[in-house]
Amino acid sequence: MIVYLLCFILFLVGLYGVITRRNLIKIAISLSVMEFSSFLFLALIGYTEGGVVPIVDPADPVKTYVDPLPQALVLTAIVIGLATTAMLMAVIIRIYRKYGTFDIREIKNLRG
Amino acid sequence: MKGMTFIVKKTTQLIAGIIFLYGIYIIIHGHLTPGGGFAGGVVLAGSFILLILAYGSDFLNLVKEETGSTLYENLAIFIFLFLALTGLVAGVHVFFANWLPHGTPGHLISAGFLPLYNIFVGIEVAASILTIFLALIIFKEEILK
Amino acid sequence: MDTLIPLFVAVPLAGAFLTMILSRFVRHLDRYLAAAVLLFLAVISFRALFTTGETVSVYKAGGWEAVNSIPIGIYMVLDGFSAIILCIISLIGFLSVLYSFSYIDRFTSQNYFYALFCLMISGMNGVVLSGDIFNIFVFLEISSISSYALVAFGVGKNELEATLKYQVLGGIASFLILFAIAFIYWKTRTLNLADIRTVLGQGHDHGYYLLIQLLLLSGFGLKAAIIPFHAWLPDAHSSAPSPISAMLSGVLIKAVGIYVIIRLFFNMFEITEGMAVVITTLGTLSMVIGVFLAIGQWDIKRLLAYHSISQMGYVVMSVGIGMLLMARGIRTEVAALAITGGLFHMMNHAAFKGLLFLNAGAIEYSAGTRDLREMGGLAKDMPVTSATSFAASLSISGIPPFNGFFSKLIIIIAAVMARFYLLAALAAIVSIITLASFMKFQRYAFYDKKPSAVKEGIREVPVPMLISMVILAIVCLLLSAVALPGVRETILTPATDILMDQMKYSSQITGM
Repeated sequence: MIVYLLCFILFLVGLYGVITRRNLIKIAISLSVMEFSSFLFLALIGYTEGGVVPIVDPADPVKTYVDPLPQALVLTAIVIGLATTAMLMAVIIRIYRKYGTFDIREIKNLRG
Repeated sequence: MKGMTFIVKKTTQLIAGIIFLYGIYIIIHGHLTPGGGFAGGVVLAGSFILLILAYGSDFLNLVKEETGSTLYENLAIFIFLFLALTGLVAGVHVFFANWLPHGTPGHLISAGFLPLYNIFVGIEVAASILTIFLALIIFKEEILK
Repeated sequence: MDTLIPLFVAVPLAGAFLTMILSRFVRHLDRYLAAAVLLFLAVISFRALFTTGETVSVYKAGGWEAVNSIPIGIYMVLDGFSAIILCIISLIGFLSVLYSFSYIDRFTSQNYFYALFCLMISGMNGVVLSGDIFNIFVFLEISSISSYALVAFGVGKNELEATLKYQVLGGIASFLILFAIAFIYWKTRTLNLADIRTVLGQGHDHGYYLLIQLLLLSGFGLKAAIIPFHAWLPDAHSSAPSPISAMLSGVLIKAVGIYVIIRLFFNMFEITEGMAVVITTLGTLSMVIGVFLAIGQWDIKRLLAYHSISQMGYVVMSVGIGMLLMARGIRTEVAALAITGGLFHMMNHAAFKGLLFLNAGAIEYSAGTRDLREMGGLAKDMPVTSATSFAASLSISGIPPFNGFFSKLIIIIAAVMARFYLLAALAAIVSIITLASFMKFQRYAFYDKKPSAVKEGIREVPVPMLISMVILAIVCLLLSAVALPGVRETILTPATDILMDQMKYSSQITGM
């Protein structure tokens, strides 16, 4: 139970970063931290009692394996997280060129 | 962009080839050991990025490099999609089916289509991470001019 | 029909990558390839709409059959509800590509635009056709990341700020959805929608399911821009290039927002009264607050974006009324009428909101401004744009014989028959305020005198833009025929049946 609670604390750290930080790069990093907490949670769910690594060894066949499906889901989700972060970084660099600052309080051109 | 000091250049010269081979090893053994297409592709891209960072490059070379890596990326993912579509026409008539002979588990050439998928995904991921890096570097160079 | 299902996802993907490979060799290949791909998709989706009927087609990717009647592969499911959304996606997509032949000409690197557009279409098709919840997440991300790039396409200050807000909120939404998927997998050990329904039917742990439902409603509500999750929509939809605004507002918030909410809450979870009340309340709030925020706007595209929030509130409110009646177990024929009204309004909104955004783009292309106070008297200079814009404004306000009248009528009648008199009165009042707002738009843009500072020489827009606007106006007129009894049986009734019948979706899939 403690490990799931730690994942939740990591998610709250990321959420605090997104809400309170003013620098755009710090917002992007906090968004990544939030996503990583959900990957950790998803990978921890697949644990079965007394399980070993889910690789079939031809010499030693019958064992209880850890559930491999959440591991595949986490792999896919990591790739998606990479694409999202790369896109966010590209937009942040272009915003720096146009506005001249990383401070989010200066970037309020659109109102109403 | 300028390169780095002499020590970094010499170390990179020794190590970059080994990293490249390690990336290829992870990709090819994707159906036997952990790793596979994505992780191996990232390591492969890492060796190229290490070379560019250590030796520096001027602007025209970077632009030519980026058109090359974009072409490789699209070509690799298109061939991947084409291989997935061949399941529709060749015998089994199901999309994404694994219709090559399966072989014995534990050998390098086994599990039908999986090594081919791993190789093309590896090329695609390596090219795409290189493209992302080059696009950001080119943008920075344009600002500095 | 079965072999055509994976083509909905594979053909736009192949089109996107082919565009990137070949467009450096042949000039203008990218636009024709994108138009050909979307025309092909439109043809097969209309064929799917008219031949599906009541059957649920399942395509098992990779050929993995079910083991002990538990689905273990990736399933792609096509039923009546999916067929409607597929037709909306491909029709509005094809007309947007046709429009962007001339509109995107002033940007550089156009091949990226068409490649990203095809990727977005492929992602939306994947969300609509997928039969398990993780594939919904993956294709949702594909289409969302493509739309982030497309909103920022002309890289000016406004576009970049809009896409930054869109990306941060979209990233939080994707995280919430992934979290909910983890919770679902923990309890049910399966990812298939039909199988989750079977497993959830056996045990009951109300607090846990309430948490999952709230997480999913927040995540997909952020994508569908329901109040209170609407903060990104006015900026993103008004700063994007006009064909992308039409796609975002007309298709994306429906295909990855409203469609998934309806599919999950009707076919995956059991209908509870608490969630039905929450959904109805959110829909009503969106309807009312959206239109009040829209009245004071002077920027054309921001006005249209706020009206999108309001019209989506109509759809969510009527679906919520249907859910509430089904949860109480009374008067199921009124529930069917409410759900039919909601789905019909979703179809109509795609048509007329797409047309309105294309008109706003045409006005911006010719007159060079988006502010209503700086333009006037365009009816003489741009006759086709003014006529189609008049038709679209009548549609959204609910004037017969255009399509908006019939769908709003069905929603109000269903609310009255279910004895929710307050909701029916609110729907009628919001419709009148929408009419007032669009009369203001028409007067200031087309029929007033020209202010002296406006530039001379405003001409009609080029031919591809005209063709797509005229076709959409004709579609607006034709869609009102869907309310007739004969046509309604083929198009809307199969969708309503698959949603109303509580066990039909899951039993048909796990039985195969």
